Amino acid sequence: MSHTLAVVRSSFRFHLKATLKSSATVMYMVLVPIVYATIAFFMYRGGANEVAVVWIAVAAGIMGLWSTTLAGSGMALQRERWAGTLELLFASPPPFAAVLLGVALATSATGLYSLVATLFWGWAFFHVPLHLAHPVWFAIAVPATVLALGLFGMLLAATFILYRQTFALVNLFEYPVWLITGLLVPLSLLPGWVQPIAWLIGPTWGIKAIHAATTGGSPGGYLAAAGVLALASFALGLVCLRYFETLARRRASLSLT
Amino acid sequence: MTSLRIFFLGGLTSFRALFGWVSPWIYIPTLVIGPLFQILLFAYIGRTTGIASDKFFVIGNALQYASIPCLFAMTNTVAGERQENTLAYILVSPAGRIPIFLGRALPVVVNGAFVAALALVLGGLVLGVHVAAGALAPLAFVILVTAYSCTGFGLISAGLGLRIRETAVLANVIFGVLLIFTGANVPLDTLPNWMSTISGWLPITHGIEAARRVADGASLADVSGLVAKEAALGTAFAVLGYGLIRLMERQARRRASIEVA
Repeated sequence: MSHTLAVVRSSFRFHLKATLKSSATVMYMVLVPIVYATIAFFMYRGGANEVAVVWIAVAAGIMGLWSTTLAGSGMALQRERWAGTLELLFASPPPFAAVLLGVALATSATGLYSLVATLFWGWAFFHVPLHLAHPVWFAIAVPATVLALGLFGMLLAATFILYRQTFALVNLFEYPVWLITGLLVPLSLLPGWVQPIAWLIGPTWGIKAIHAATTGGSPGGYLAAAGVLALASFALGLVCLRYFETLARRRASLSLT
Repeated sequence: MTSLRIFFLGGLTSFRALFGWVSPWIYIPTLVIGPLFQILLFAYIGRTTGIASDKFFVIGNALQYASIPCLFAMTNTVAGERQENTLAYILVSPAGRIPIFLGRALPVVVNGAFVAALALVLGGLVLGVHVAAGALAPLAFVILVTAYSCTGFGLISAGLGLRIRETAVLANVIFGVLLIFTGANVPLDTLPNWMSTISGWLPITHGIEAARRVADGASLADVSGLVAKEAALGTAFAVLGYGLIRLMERQARRRASIEVA
């Protein structure tokens, strides 16, 4: 167990450093959410009160968090594939799930840049007051949501093992999750069948918790739901990973680029 | 004859390689589902804010999404070759640069127009947006001109790709700028003056405005000014982009940085 945790920690530290060394990646993490924050500020202008505009800044940051988690995890695997080291990671004694978990957590943690960027952008250019209803809950809810996003990202990243066109899968998962987790659109506006899907995704509840901490409410229950579903997606991710790994080995498709 | 062969066959081969089309399914998540969900996201934000109708967002985002295939494909004419270590071979070959790079642009224009048109149809069906049958042909023409203009802009991005290694980030940033400035989601008259002034000099802006008017019943003649502006901008971008490619190529040779940028 301690060996596995050591692998997770090493993988996390390695990918965190590697990501932050790339100025282009940091630029992507900062600029992309700023684009969506800017559009949202213009779209909501005049129709949103002070509390709502703070939430827009936070929501755009979380959108960036999700993009970073998804693109980061996917591209980390793709880079290993291009470098010819993906097979080595699979063949080495530590479980590959531990490596992938470290990658997913590191990429979602670096996504915090997005959150800081959109809050600063909103404050500097759109006069968004940086007032949080429950700052302590906010400080708890953000890392909890990062963790939930990381574990959910790991579940999706498992599919990246099987398919070499990672970027296409990243595109597939990006907008739908933004939409159905209720970041900028209330879930009540979406068709009824969407809501049960949203309830099964851990980050939805993490986002509700951040929303409650930002605008006023009780985030505790939402955080508990986010935690339970994050663990469930982790467990499902492990099962998928094992299955996809076996399939990739059988097809001898791991190294195909 | 050789130039024509490079123009058509070279362009087609490059386009096929762009997607790694061992399996064409890869087209679906990127260029079918992606634009549909972009339309849905902004249309639902639009419903929340009441800023504009579903039709506004369907047309705006469908046309704006043409920038994904056009920008990324043209940028990858350089980045993809560099990744496969074939960029130097292309640049030392005696083949004319016009057939090489403009040949690659031709399938990109067609594909960009197809992606935008498909997004328009799918977005319209899902959100129940109706466009009169008589508007379809002029709308298709406007979409084609918009894809042409966007591909011209992509040539500039391709030129920059000879100098900048992180071309995917570059294309994403340009995509973001177009998402804000072209009026796809925010009506131009609600943007600050300096922003709407810039909008007029970007691809897609005039195309979106023309498409919205056509969908509301205007004829092609009514929007001919907007379409002409879009086409003229596309041509100017293409000329500028080609010039930039030649300039950056010369600099890359001098600095021996073709493979490393």
